[in-house]
Formats: sequence, C-alpha cells, structure tokens
Amino acid sequence: MSPKGIPEAVIAAVSGEEHPIAPFLRMDRMPHIWCSTCGIGTTVKALAAAFEKLGTDLDKVAIVSGIGCTGRVAGYVRLDSFHTTHGRPIPFATGLKLANPELDVIVFSGDGDLVAIGGNHFIHAARRNMDIKVVCVNNFIYGMTGGQVAPTTPLTALTSTTPYGNAEPPFNLCHLAAACGANYVARWTALHVRRLTKAFTEILVKPGFCFVEIITPCSTLYARKNRLGTGLDIMKYYHDNTVIEHGADPAEADIVFGGPIICGKFVERDRPTWLEYQDQHLTERLGEKYFRAKALQEACER
Amino acid sequence: MRREIRITGFGGQGVILSGVIVGKAASIYDEKNATMSQSYGPEARGSACSTQILVDDKEILYPYIRESDVLVAMSQEGYTKFLGELKADGVLIYDEDLVNPGEIKKGIKAYPIKAQRIAETDLGRKIVTNIVILGFMTAVTKAVPKEAMVEAIKTSVPKGTIELNLKAFERGYDAFREGAGEQVEEGSGARSGAE
Amino acid sequence: MKADPVGVRTGTFYLDGDRAAAEGAIAAGCRFFAGYPITPSTECAEHISERFPEVGGIFIQMEDEIASITAIIGAAWGGARSMTVTSGPGVSLMMENIGLAAMLETPCVVANVQRGGPSTGLPTMVGQADVMQARWGSHGDYEIIAYSPQSPQEAFDFTVKAFNMAEKYRTPVMVLLDECVGHMVEKVVIPPADAIEVEPRRLTDAAKGEYLPYAYGDDLVPDMAEAGMGYRFHVTGLTHDERGYPEMSVRCQDWLVPRLVAKIRQSADDIVEFDEENADGADVVVVSYGISARVSRMAIDLAREEGIEVGFFRLRTIWPFPEKRIAELAKKIKAFVVVEINLGQIFYEVERCARGQCETLLSPHAGGGVHDPEDILKVIEKGAKAK
Repeated sequence: MSPKGIPEAVIAAVSGEEHPIAPFLRMDRMPHIWCSTCGIGTTVKALAAAFEKLGTDLDKVAIVSGIGCTGRVAGYVRLDSFHTTHGRPIPFATGLKLANPELDVIVFSGDGDLVAIGGNHFIHAARRNMDIKVVCVNNFIYGMTGGQVAPTTPLTALTSTTPYGNAEPPFNLCHLAAACGANYVARWTALHVRRLTKAFTEILVKPGFCFVEIITPCSTLYARKNRLGTGLDIMKYYHDNTVIEHGADPAEADIVFGGPIICGKFVERDRPTWLEYQDQHLTERLGEKYFRAKALQEACER
Repeated sequence: MRREIRITGFGGQGVILSGVIVGKAASIYDEKNATMSQSYGPEARGSACSTQILVDDKEILYPYIRESDVLVAMSQEGYTKFLGELKADGVLIYDEDLVNPGEIKKGIKAYPIKAQRIAETDLGRKIVTNIVILGFMTAVTKAVPKEAMVEAIKTSVPKGTIELNLKAFERGYDAFREGAGEQVEEGSGARSGAE
Repeated sequence: MKADPVGVRTGTFYLDGDRAAAEGAIAAGCRFFAGYPITPSTECAEHISERFPEVGGIFIQMEDEIASITAIIGAAWGGARSMTVTSGPGVSLMMENIGLAAMLETPCVVANVQRGGPSTGLPTMVGQADVMQARWGSHGDYEIIAYSPQSPQEAFDFTVKAFNMAEKYRTPVMVLLDECVGHMVEKVVIPPADAIEVEPRRLTDAAKGEYLPYAYGDDLVPDMAEAGMGYRFHVTGLTHDERGYPEMSVRCQDWLVPRLVAKIRQSADDIVEFDEENADGADVVVVSYGISARVSRMAIDLAREEGIEVGFFRLRTIWPFPEKRIAELAKKIKAFVVVEINLGQIFYEVERCARGQCETLLSPHAGGGVHDPEDILKVIEKGAKAK
C-alpha cells in the first residue's frame, strides 16, 4: 500500500507504471484466463508479496500445478513452473524436490485437483511430511469444467451435477491435512490478503509438508448457482462471517453452507521431513556407507 | 548336454538358495550355461516351493523343465507335485525323514538321504539341511563339479556361516561316497523302484 | 561420457532379469526411483532400495503407480536420471503420465515386466501382450522407444541403452521385460565403468532470458533446462509453443505434435536394433523377441533338421519397428512366422510392413508359459509351403 492508502496496483494502472509484481509474472501471457472477481489472482499476489518480503531467490523456486482454474497459476508466474496432469502435482513436486532438495517447491492448485482426483497423493505426502508447500485454492466447485460438485462442496449447495443440492458431506481439508501429519496447516480467505501473505512467508521457511487452504470466490459458477451475489458480496460475506481462531482444532472447523468460516493457523509443528528422516535413519544404520552422509557432513561443516 | 534339475521343499528350507548355488556353480565356476527359476505366487510365500535349474554346454533356449533329469525332494508335497516330470530313468534324491516315496517306478534311480537329521544331529543346525542335500546331489549326479559348488557356496551364503555350510556340504557329499546307509542297492549303485 | 564408477558394480554375477535391470539403471546413472510393488517386477524395486543408499540415489515407494511415474518425471526436471518399474496393471495406470513425459519431452525410463493379462490376469506368469500398449497406450500421437531383452544380461545392457536413448531423444523409454526374463537367474557380466558409455543430458547453454524450452535444431530435439538453473522456464502438458506457453490452435498443434513423432521416426536407423541370422536366402523368417526369441531358436533348429530354409529375425528394440528391413525381407521370402506370447500384436506390424509381398503367419500363445517349440515348428512348416 502507498502511504496514502491507495493500492499500488491502482497507482500503477493510473500512472502507466509497471505493476509492482510484474517482475514475478509472465507479463507476455497477460491477460489471464480468470474471471473478474475470481480470487485466484489475489492469492498469487499474496505469494509474490511473500517472496518480496523474504527476499527469496526466485531462481530456486519451482511452482507445480495440476489441472483446473488454479492449475493455470504455474503458467503465469515467472519461475520454473510445471503445469502437469490432473491430480498429479503433488507426486511431480515430490520427485522434483527429492531430485534437487535446494529448490523451494510449491504446489499451487485447486480443491478438485488436490483432494478429489489427487486425494491419495495429498494424504500420503502429508503423512510422509514431504518438504513441499501445498496451496489449495478452494472455491467449492469445479470451475474450468463448468461448475460441477467437488469433494469440498458444502451440503445442500447447488452445482451443475447436484441440481437439487449436494447430498454428500464434504472434506474438511485442514482437518485432513492435520490428521495426516502436515507440519503447518492454515486456512484463510481471499479477503485476508495480509494474513495470507504472512502465512506464505511462514511456510516458505518452514520445513515439511505445509498446507494453506484459501477460501476463494467463484462468482461465475458457485455464487451464481447458489445466488450468493457478486464477487464483492462474497468478500462482504467473508468479512462478516470469518472467525479467526489460531490454534483451533481443525476437526471443529468444518465449513457449512451459509455458516461461519473458521480461519487461522491451526497447526504448526516440527516433525522431521521425509528426507531428514531418511538421512538420519540411514546414517544411523549404514554409517559411512550411506552416500549422502558425507555430503551432509560437509554441509554441516560449512 | 542339457540337464534339468528340480529342487523342491517347503518355505524356510533354503530351496531357492540351493537353486542359486547350483546355477551359479555351473555358470560362473564351471563355464557352462545355467538358468535358475523359482516358483512364484502364493505357494512361494508359504508351504511348498521349488526351483528349476537348467544346465547346458550351449545357450539355454527353453527356460523351463520339460522332463527333469534330477528331482531333489525335501517335502512330501513337492515330491508328489514334481515326480511326474521326472524322466523314466531320472535320478530321485529325497530326504527319507521328510518324504515317503511310496512305490518308485522301475528305471528311476532313487537315492535317499537323512539330510535333515545329519544337519540337526551332526552339525547342530537344521538350517543347513539344503546344503547337506546339495553335497549329496553333487556326489550322486556329478551335474556340477564339486569345486564349483564349493566356490558357489562361499559366495552365496551369509559370511559368518561359510565354514558351517562347507562342512554341511562335505557331510552330504561323503554320505554318498561312503556308500553309507541302506540306499544303495547291489550292482546299480542305486535303489531301483519296485515293479 | 563414461559411467560414474560409484554406481557400477563391476563383476560376474548370478542375477535375475529384474535385478540385472536395476544394476543397469544404477550403472547408467539412475539416482531417483519411485515405484509401487507389483509382481513380477518387485525384485527390481527391492534391489534398488538396497543399493541406492550406497550410491546417493533416492528411492521412494509411492502410494500408487500414477504417483510413481509422475514422481520420476518431476525428478527428471529436478536434474535426476529417473526410473520406475511395474507390470501390466501398473503400466495401465501410468499411461496418462507416460503421455505427459512424451509431451514435456522428459527423459525417463519405465520398465514393464510383462505378465499375463488382461486385468489382473496371471500375476506370476509370463506374457508379452503389452507391446502394443507400450506403443499406443497413452492418448494422442507420440512415438516411443522400447527395448526387449531376452536374458538377464540384456536386461542390464538394454536398461543402460534405455537411459541413453531417453537422454538423447528426450523421451520416455520402455524396457519390456517379460516375467520369464525378469525372474530367470543367469550369468550377468557387469563391465567396468569406463567401458559403459553414458549419454549426457542435453542441457541448454543459452543465456538467461534467451532460453526457449522447445526451440529445436535439425535433430528435432530441444535442449533442456532443469529447475533451479535460473532459466525460469515453463512447461505444460497442454499444446505449447517454443516458449513452452500453452496455445490452443491448429497452427501450434501442427508445429508441435508432428515434431514429437518425427524426432523419433527420422532417427529410427540410430535407434532400431535387431539380430538377424540366415534371413537372406531363407524361405521362412521367424520374427520374435524377449523370451520367445530363445524358444523360437529351438523350433528353427528342428525345422532345419527337416531341411527347411529358416532365417531368424530378433527384435532387440520393438519400437520404433524395423519397418525397412522387414519390408526388404518380405520381397525375398515365402513367409514370416511371428512368435509372441499374445494373440497377435507384432504379427500385425510385420504384416503391415510385408504389404502382401509374402505370407505372415502367427504362432500365438495366450500367456502363462512359453511356446512348445513343436507348435512353432508346425507354423514354420506351413510357412515353408506358402507360395
């Protein structure tokens, strides 16, 4: 924000200057495909702000996305970025990270991609405490295919494949991630830009499986089908109905149609990452025979 | 000349290791060609298991037993299962405490041995039953030279057990050379099956 | 480039095909393996899990085969030579992402120890019915390279080759073992590291900011960047332009997909390998691969005893298919006899290449075992009587 409180983007647009996060984006790919009032852009901006705040070496960051609206994030960020197959960004990221542990590997994808078709990978990566950061933009619906029910769609909500209302209980993603062993679990909405940015600065330096769920408006499909109003109306809804409760038990943070949204940092712990545990265990078992032991020793001495 | 050998027993007897030793002895220490395959599936995880070893001067083209020259049986179940593939004049080697051969067809050369008893009583380790019987088989069939078998044992068994295994092998080998026991019938050097 | 001695266990061993393939992979520089247990391929994964800690490799058992193939693609972009191994049902699960590997032009190796199918089929018994799946299994147009070893020694040798071809042509390469070769134990000689050629990755030397991930030269293979090198590149499974950016157009599809196919096809002479014995001047040529090739040679011996002029053609690579040579031979002989443990797959390839110039006969086997040489002989006899 500028000193006068006018958003920098607005100043930039008016003055014709480059947008402050333009260096982070592939500007030659603009305009993007996202609808007006979609929340995905906001989440990308928050990530960029977190990088800026931390002074992250962007040459060492890789973004992996799956398929869907949020899956397009990988295509718009000026980073090493991988747009993979539907549901598979987590195993792709797993391979990428383990092949080059120096990389900060961030999975940026939607709820359908990560916990429906990719649900198995999600739970196992959390169980392993794989050192990847998983950002889930949750808009309660399949956007790119035209508004079908998702495993996150609240009960009774209307979608194009639940024309009489959803009769399946949804996943509580934060509860799922926490139960599977994630080192960091938080939920915010697309309204909470500052808190979301802070969460990103935290996960970027936190080892292990870190999960951030971002409740995001899909005004074109979810809001329209459920008569929730415009994008602005949804932001107002977030404003009026969010309950911030750090350390809340994620099991108690279910999302109910029309109900409050419990947000906050729910889990922060220090289980060893997959690779840390491997290194520790194999060094104990194999001693000098463990090839990585020498490299680790040298790294410690440095 | 192609020789087809079947070794069968139950899980834990080291049947597969026996196959590896024979195949390795023939192909690495005797400059012949030898393939070894084992039976897989549920049967390999529990009770009966078997290995087939094919030894030839030429490249082995057919990877399975068609008619075995030698059947080594360390379990009743394996004996029953594989007796049918033994050649009419094939060699049958069995542990007589573990296998009741019943009536053996005429022509088959049968060599019983108390391999498990030797391993347990003489050597104090039942686990080397398979190596005792390999020693016996080596002496009976001459399918693979003794020296090659010894080398193969040295490089196949756990390091701390080499001495014990070589001793077991020698005991089995000598069990035939001494002509000990009731297994040798007059003349033929083997007990032929009853009519 | 020579192999890294750290990974080469030089010596003479008595090894099964699965473990020999594992040693081949390690010798070729494979340092990332992701897999899921499935008979009859598991011995390969087990062997790698034991060996990798000593050579600096990362072994991970994933939650399924989909995760396994995707993880090795990710690892390749992170700079590792990577591999997975599986069998029929697992390959079926991997197919979507084998397409991703082809589309992103990712060097990686998938070994399929073929068992009897379809579906769960015969988990512990031999089959060769996945050869067309290897070629056509993922949707869309692409080409693949596939090797077919007939012995544990070749499982080692061909896995090394598979890694080299994966790097040279930036493509997934399949090693199509079969259960018989995978589980058969036989002598395997692993040469010293300086006798093993390893193809280096074709990394770009473009200046930062000037790198185009899919710009290419005469060999049609683009130079690669790995994550973390500072190029900040983008790749996608969508149809993409030379910047790697998605473009949904006929023009872009036409720019991209024919090249993906052509980069393999135009180099077929460099890739294709086969053994030929007395094929020129023969009346009948037996075409086979994998374990069936060994059994076929027994039948050929029997046929020659009967005075039939029989030649032998063994596919070392199955894909690309040796179209040119099969077409040449078709003009000179009476019949091809294709011996494979399926109900006709390579048979149709041979028939296609023969273009009616000679008979093409099949000696089929539904799987679970190998052919009786006598059954093959009968088909050879029939071929010898062809006009």
